Amino acid sequence: MSDLLEARAVSRSFGGLQVTCDVNFKLAAGDRVALIGPNGAGKTTLVNLITGDIAPSAGQFFMGGDEITNLSIPDRVRRGLVRTFQTTRLFANLTVADNVALAIMQRKRISRRFFSSSTELPEVRAEWSEILANLGLDRFAYRKVVELAYGQQRLIELAIGLALHPKVLLLDEPAAGVPHDEAPKILEAINRLPPDIAVLMIEHDMDLVFRFAKRVLVLAAGRLIFEGSPTEVTADHEVRRAYLGSYADARRVP
Amino acid sequence: MSEIVVNHVSPKRSIPFGQEAAGALTIIALGAIGYFLYPDDLAFLTRLIGIAFLVLSLDLVTGYCGVATLGHAAQFGVGAYATGIACVRGITDPVALLAIGLFAGAVMGLISGALIARFRGLPQLVLSIAVGQLVAALANKLSWLTGGSDGLSGITPGKVFGIFGFDMYSRTAFLFSLGVLVIVFVLLQRFVRSPFGLMCRGIKDDDLRARMIGVSIYPRLVLMYGVAGAVAGVGGALTAISTGVVGLDSVSFERSAEVLVMLVLGGAGHLWGALAGTIIFMIFEHMVAAANPFHWMTLVGLLLILIVVFAPRGLIEPVLTLLSRFKRKGSAA
Repeated sequence: MSDLLEARAVSRSFGGLQVTCDVNFKLAAGDRVALIGPNGAGKTTLVNLITGDIAPSAGQFFMGGDEITNLSIPDRVRRGLVRTFQTTRLFANLTVADNVALAIMQRKRISRRFFSSSTELPEVRAEWSEILANLGLDRFAYRKVVELAYGQQRLIELAIGLALHPKVLLLDEPAAGVPHDEAPKILEAINRLPPDIAVLMIEHDMDLVFRFAKRVLVLAAGRLIFEGSPTEVTADHEVRRAYLGSYADARRVP
Repeated sequence: MSEIVVNHVSPKRSIPFGQEAAGALTIIALGAIGYFLYPDDLAFLTRLIGIAFLVLSLDLVTGYCGVATLGHAAQFGVGAYATGIACVRGITDPVALLAIGLFAGAVMGLISGALIARFRGLPQLVLSIAVGQLVAALANKLSWLTGGSDGLSGITPGKVFGIFGFDMYSRTAFLFSLGVLVIVFVLLQRFVRSPFGLMCRGIKDDDLRARMIGVSIYPRLVLMYGVAGAVAGVGGALTAISTGVVGLDSVSFERSAEVLVMLVLGGAGHLWGALAGTIIFMIFEHMVAAANPFHWMTLVGLLLILIVVFAPRGLIEPVLTLLSRFKRKGSAA
């Protein structure tokens, strides 16, 4: 079986600044991969490249063996490539239920209907009420997104991602800004996903990385400098120097 | 640790077609007030209804999709001219004329949408003005077809359903227009809550998010423009039928700007806002212009400044907030 997602020699520069440099990786069915790296390493840029938000200067992306480098964002989503955003991008003036329902209706290809009811359609309702209940958002179903706290908005990002039934799910710091007691819900939700999809998570919280990932990619200055299991990553000298070292140094400060 | 997982959100309580029924009844009630209390002003009120279609149409693209436009009268004008030309050339059945206006408006909407929806922000606004001016110039230059600056006159439609002839007191025209408004308004209420309508509001909020759930934005905006064009076209057709003339004012820049003002006044993004804005602006203008023909624009400007300062999101917004607060209290009790 071919890989769900493959990046082949992907580079991207903004003017003279090389933000992504010859990146190669593969995501197979069932992969749970963490992408880590210091601030400014180009992690979000890499996600933007994968989703088609920005075009690579060189290199190619493949999904299931088909090249997707030149496909539009919606076309990639229709193939099952789904992301969440680091800074929430939601339909702020719609209700929480509407946000998730729109994703569900788009996936079910009923979002072009002109006169049927939308969010309250039984098959749509059943789905979003389950997703929201699992993330503890059901109390807010009929509240506008703007009225919610930032941490709850972060969970809606994830809810929309789940509603699209992704084959490849890219999570850009899903736990950032989420209150501590709500954070486990994120991992629970990811664990409930079908085992045959691939998940790539950008995350700074090493606790979460250790509990989630079977494989870790380390990005520094736009290059993938390491790939291995979480324990191997912490042991690697290069990684410590580029990333964890700075972490350890920071901790030494009283 | 025991956690109760609530796997069910109680559905939003609503009577089926409750909103639609409320909409229809409110419009009929307002119409009845106009018909019985102001029988001498029916011609003006009929004109008001015609413009209401244009404001509703503008609301669809501006209020619901966030498209900035100052050329929306093009759709209205094309609908009006198409109706007028068809009527002069022998199609006199009002319902058929309405269909012609609707179709012409929809085609014009699709064309404008195909151009305007490609861009965002200022380029979009400028392009909308250009499209509007182009249509206005064509209406002026093609005088063999449109009557040019003299306007297209001699539009004498037949009887509605073959029974009700158009009278000089505009009774038939008013009731006919009101009936069409009720139908269109109810359909629009349904439409804006449909998956398509909801998605348009999503696109307005954040188009990158919309693309990231797999939505192709451009075709949707063009389609929405087509629907809006149809609504504006119906308004144009009704105006042509009820007044018997179509002039260059129906495609003018002033018309486009005025309806944008009405929409902002009432509250963009709500069908009721569009309706309220039209009613308030046109009645205010009508009364002030009669009382003080020289300074009425000054007063209209003053009114606008007051409203933008004290109700920046339109007059309908405080009303809706009050209603929802009332509802929440009701459900809490």
